[in-house]
This record gives sequence, structure tokens and C-alpha cells, in this order.
Amino acid sequence: MNQDSSRFRAPSIPKSAMPLTLAALLISSLTTLFAWWVVWQLALALAGVTEEQTALALEKNLYWSEMLPRVSSLPWFAFLGLGVMVLIPLALFVPTIQAYGFAARAKQALTQEDLIEARVATANSSNAAWYAIGYAIFAVLLFGTVWFMIARDVAVGNTFFKLDLMLEKAGLVGNAFLTNVFIFMVAQVFILIWGLVVALARMVPGAAGQPIRLLATLYTDAFRGLPSVITIYLIGFGLPLTGFPILGDLPPVWYAIFALTLTYGAYVAEVYRAGIESIHPSQMMAARSLGLNFFQTMRFVIVPQAIRRIIPPLLNDFIGLQKDTALVNVIGTIDAFNQARILASNNFNLSTVTIVAILFVLITIPQARLVDRLLEQDAAKTRGAK
Amino acid sequence: MSFLEMRNVTKLYGAVPVLRGLNLSVEEHQVVCLIGPSGCGKSTLLRCINGLEPISGGEILILGDRVSGAGVDVNRLRRDVGIVFQSFNLFPHMTVLENICLAPRQVLGLSKAEAEARAAELLERVKLGAKHKAYPDQLSGGQQQRVAIARALAMQPMLMLLDEITSALDPELVAEVLDLVRDLAAEGMTMLLATHEMGFAKEVSSKVCFLFEGVVHEEGSPQQIFGAPTKERTQGFLKSIIEAGRL
Ligand SMILES: Nc1ncnc2c1ncn2[C@@H]1O[C@H](COP(=O)(O)OP(=O)(O)O)[C@@H](O)[C@H]1O
Ligand SMILES: [Mg+2]
Repeated sequence: MNQDSSRFRAPSIPKSAMPLTLAALLISSLTTLFAWWVVWQLALALAGVTEEQTALALEKNLYWSEMLPRVSSLPWFAFLGLGVMVLIPLALFVPTIQAYGFAARAKQALTQEDLIEARVATANSSNAAWYAIGYAIFAVLLFGTVWFMIARDVAVGNTFFKLDLMLEKAGLVGNAFLTNVFIFMVAQVFILIWGLVVALARMVPGAAGQPIRLLATLYTDAFRGLPSVITIYLIGFGLPLTGFPILGDLPPVWYAIFALTLTYGAYVAEVYRAGIESIHPSQMMAARSLGLNFFQTMRFVIVPQAIRRIIPPLLNDFIGLQKDTALVNVIGTIDAFNQARILASNNFNLSTVTIVAILFVLITIPQARLVDRLLEQDAAKTRGAK
Repeated sequence: MSFLEMRNVTKLYGAVPVLRGLNLSVEEHQVVCLIGPSGCGKSTLLRCINGLEPISGGEILILGDRVSGAGVDVNRLRRDVGIVFQSFNLFPHMTVLENICLAPRQVLGLSKAEAEARAAELLERVKLGAKHKAYPDQLSGGQQQRVAIARALAMQPMLMLLDEITSALDPELVAEVLDLVRDLAAEGMTMLLATHEMGFAKEVSSKVCFLFEGVVHEEGSPQQIFGAPTKERTQGFLKSIIEAGRL
């Protein structure tokens, strides 16, 4: 008892929060200066000032008198945009000033020997300071990227983001992207079914099931090891050469779908299997004890539970599949990437390929969010109130 | 002819024997209790009867028909022999009603309406009529176990195996489950149950079997086993139970 209270009578005194706050202030200020400099460079670039002209003006000591009129001739919406960019880094000073306020309060509380207040204020101060520093790093990267785009007379920007070219060719590339969408949509349906078949084949019970298990294992081993681009190439060029009645006579898109189904079917089979094996054996036992056979048990009890667990890794594989549809250009299918490459070499500019890149990123984001939502809703449905 | 007869049954896990030439018989409408220390093979024995575990030797007969070994239709057997587990093992992705209707519909081929009518009746009986739309995780342990019993009863089994069905329950929930088993016994359901509830075993059973070292070490009426056990091991086991305050 005595000992305990003596321990609390000598509590730790919080370290001063001032140094961290001052560091945050310094970093925020430097970040702001850098950002403003980048905005000025951007204004020059927008006004069409080249690096050569800049150098010349500096030589003649006429930098401001030559540059200011050119920048001020920019249209109003350019000023609006630049103005917003000027204001952005100032937001860093909100948490910085908060940090300073808390640090000052901590100092005052210490002089009044209010230790609890001092500790709370110190913690708040350092939180706010780190928040400011974190966003300062973010801002440096952001403005650094802008600067990278406009450096060397907008070399990067013009190579990858030539807006007029992008707008002109967006329709063509977007149309070709529908081929990618068609391939992965159809392949996903096939893969879901085929992967489950293979997974169940790997788990058929009993001695009689051994050859089936063996076959399924060989298949997954082979096709997980084979690069999908090679599978696409072999199937897309190989099957037509064999001259089989229907198989040798399909449009290339279907060879791509077939090849991708074989490759990703092997991955997805493993995902299914892991999901199924993660369901506790007591569920299998309970279902079998009611007289359900192996496949009824799988269908009604095990797979429905496994599906919920495998959806996130399944989405991973599907995103991989969607990206791999860009490989079909090796068999001459005009997908978005192939179309964009043709346009790029015709125009000596990569901006059309950038469109494809953006399209691929854009389609994956809503899928991830959708899956998160679905899983959350399902969990909420079966979850107890306990 | 006994309803259930186990003759010289052995069961090995790998090389480890769990049952070593066990003999046991259950008559129709009897309630037989298996007691014995943890790990003595009560669960294993019950699982062997409905084919969840294959036996290594001996034979198991139901109404004179061999139900162990090769060539037995275990799915057919399991329609007639229901089992309830210690840990309920309800299907968490299905509502209470779906849990109960699954096997009658898929195995017995009942229509949806028939299965649901049967389930509704059973839910009334286990006093959970209002919970048919709930999911297992939304129920207490006692309620879940009563659903599990209803699920097994929905197959209208001839024999029920109950494997320590109250061991996973909070003390205040044990009674509601035991009341249900008591009702079943009164209705003449043939049951074989493993239990640590000695008071309940004493009250409800026609015969008590003490399992030890892979065989039925001693069996007799509950009065005899709990009142005047003859074997030293049985006495020792009951003494430890009494010391633990469970009798
Ligand atoms: N699947 C299994 N594999 C190997 N050993 C097992 C398995 N199941 C149970 N055993 C062993 O068999 C013995 C009997 O177990 P069990 O039947 O669960 O006993 P009880 O139900 O009486 O507590 C224990 O020693 C246990 O470790
Ligand atoms: Mg047990």
C-alpha cells in the first residue's frame, strides 16, 4: 500500500514538446517554399517559357521584367489553378500551429505542477507535429512529381501525358480496351468453375480417388509454373496449326481466354483448396453425420463458407488476370495495349500507352472497394449481437 | 436381439489402440450412459457407431445387420443414427431453419414445405420457435445445442448418440439442454450418451457403462454403478468425481 502510493507520488515528467514542434515548423516552411517555387516553374511552363529563354533573361539581368508580363498573360482559370496550388502547402501550418499551442500549454501546466495536463498536452503536441511532418513529406513528393513533369521544357509531361493526343485517341484505345474486358469477364466465369472442379478433384477422398487427385496435382503444378505469356503463345499459335475441327478454327480472342483459364484455373484451384481446408473438420463431420455425401457436404456446407474466406485472394488473382489480358498482343489480338503501341509508334509519343495504364488502374479500384463492402455486409448478417 | 451391439470392437489411431476389444449392447428404448475419464475413448466409440471413424477390428450390428466394415452404405446408416457433438457444430452460414432443413431435403428428399413444417414442429419442441431466422452466432450456447439436437431429430433417427453435449455450456445453460434429453428419454428414444453429468446419468439412464483402457470395465444399473461399484477403477473414478463436486 505504502509502496504503491509512493510510486505514484514520483511520476515521470514529460519531455518538452518544443523541439519537435520547431522541427515541424521548419519542415513545413521549407516545404512551402519548395512548393511555391514549383508553382512558379509551372506558371512559366504554362506561359510557354523555355529553359533557353530563362537562361537568356537571367544573363541580361531582365528575369523579372521579362517573365512577369508573360505569366500575367495567362488566362484566368490558369491563375485559379495556380492559386489553389499556392494555398495547398499552407494547410501544413494548421497542425503545426496546433502543435505549438499544445506545447505552450504543456510548458505552462508544468510550471503549475499539473502533471496530467502537461502529459496530455505533450502527447497532443507531438501527435500534431508528426501529422504535419507526415503531410509535409506527402506534399514534397507531390510537388516533386509536378516538377519532374515540367522539367526540361515539359519533357516528361509531353512524352507521357500529351493531352491533345490523349483526347484524340482515347476513343480508339477505350474501344480496344473492351476486348480486354471481354477476355477477362469470360475467363473469370470459366476460371471460377474450372478452378473449383480442379480443387475438388484434388480432394476426392478414398483410395479410388487417387488417380484423380494425382491428375489434378500434376495440372496445378504444371500451369502454375508455366508463364502465362508462353501458354498464350503456344495455344494461340499452336492450336490453329493442329487443324483440329473446332479447336483449330477459333478467333484469337478465344485462344487467349482458353490459355488464361488454364493458367489462372491452376491458381484459383489452390485458392479454393486453401479456403476449403481452412474450414474446421468438425463442419465436415457434422454434415456427413447427417447423411450428406461428400459432394453434398462440399456444395451446401464447406464451399459456401470457404467462398467467403477466399474472395479477397480470389480478387488478387482476378486482378492479375485482368492485367495479363495485356499479354494477348503476342498472338496479334488488338487489345488496348496493342492498339496503344501502334498509335505510340505512329506518333512517336507514349501518351496513348498512358491511357491504357490509367484504364487498368481505374478498373481495379472499384472492384477492391466492392469486395470490401460485400464481405462487410455478409459478416454483419451472420454476426451475433454478443 | 439387441438394438445395437458392438462385438469385440478395436480401434487404432495409427499404432495407438483406443478401443481394445470392446463389447456393448443397447436395447431398444434404452438410455445407456458412457462414463469414464477424459481421453478414455467415449467420443471415439460414438463416432465408430455411425461410421465417422472406421473401426480396426470386431463388428457393430444394428438390429442384427452389420454396419461396420467394407461395403456398408454409411450415408444410409447415418440417416438412422443421429449424433450431437460437444461443440454443436451448427453451420454458421445458415439460419436455424436452414440448418435443420438441409439434411431432410437433400438426403430424405423432402420438399421445402415438408422440411420446413417438420423443422417448425421441432423448433417448438426445443422451445426455439421464435428463433428460426436467427444465425447460430446470434444464439446462446444452450440455444445452439438445442438447435443441434433438433437438427439431428429432423432425420427421425432410430438411435441418438450424444457426445458430452453439455460440456461446452455455461453452468446456467446446462439444465435447458438436459431437460430436452430427459423428454426424449421419456418418449422412448433409444440413446447412447457420453456424459460428465453424473447426477443426470443416474436419473435418466437404464444402464451405465464405465469405459476404461479401451473396454467396458464395468456396467450395471445406475443404482449399482453409482451406489456400489465393484471394481476398484470404477470406485476411484467416482471418488474423483465426487471430490470435484459433480455428483
Ligand atoms: N483423430 C485422432 N487421431 C489420433 N488420436 C486421436 C484422435 N482422436 C482421438 N484420439 C485419441 O484417442 C483417445 C480417445 O479420445 P476420445 O475418444 O476423444 O476420448 P474421450 O471422448 O473419452 O475424452 C485420446 O487419447 C485421443 O488423444
Ligand atoms: Mg470426448
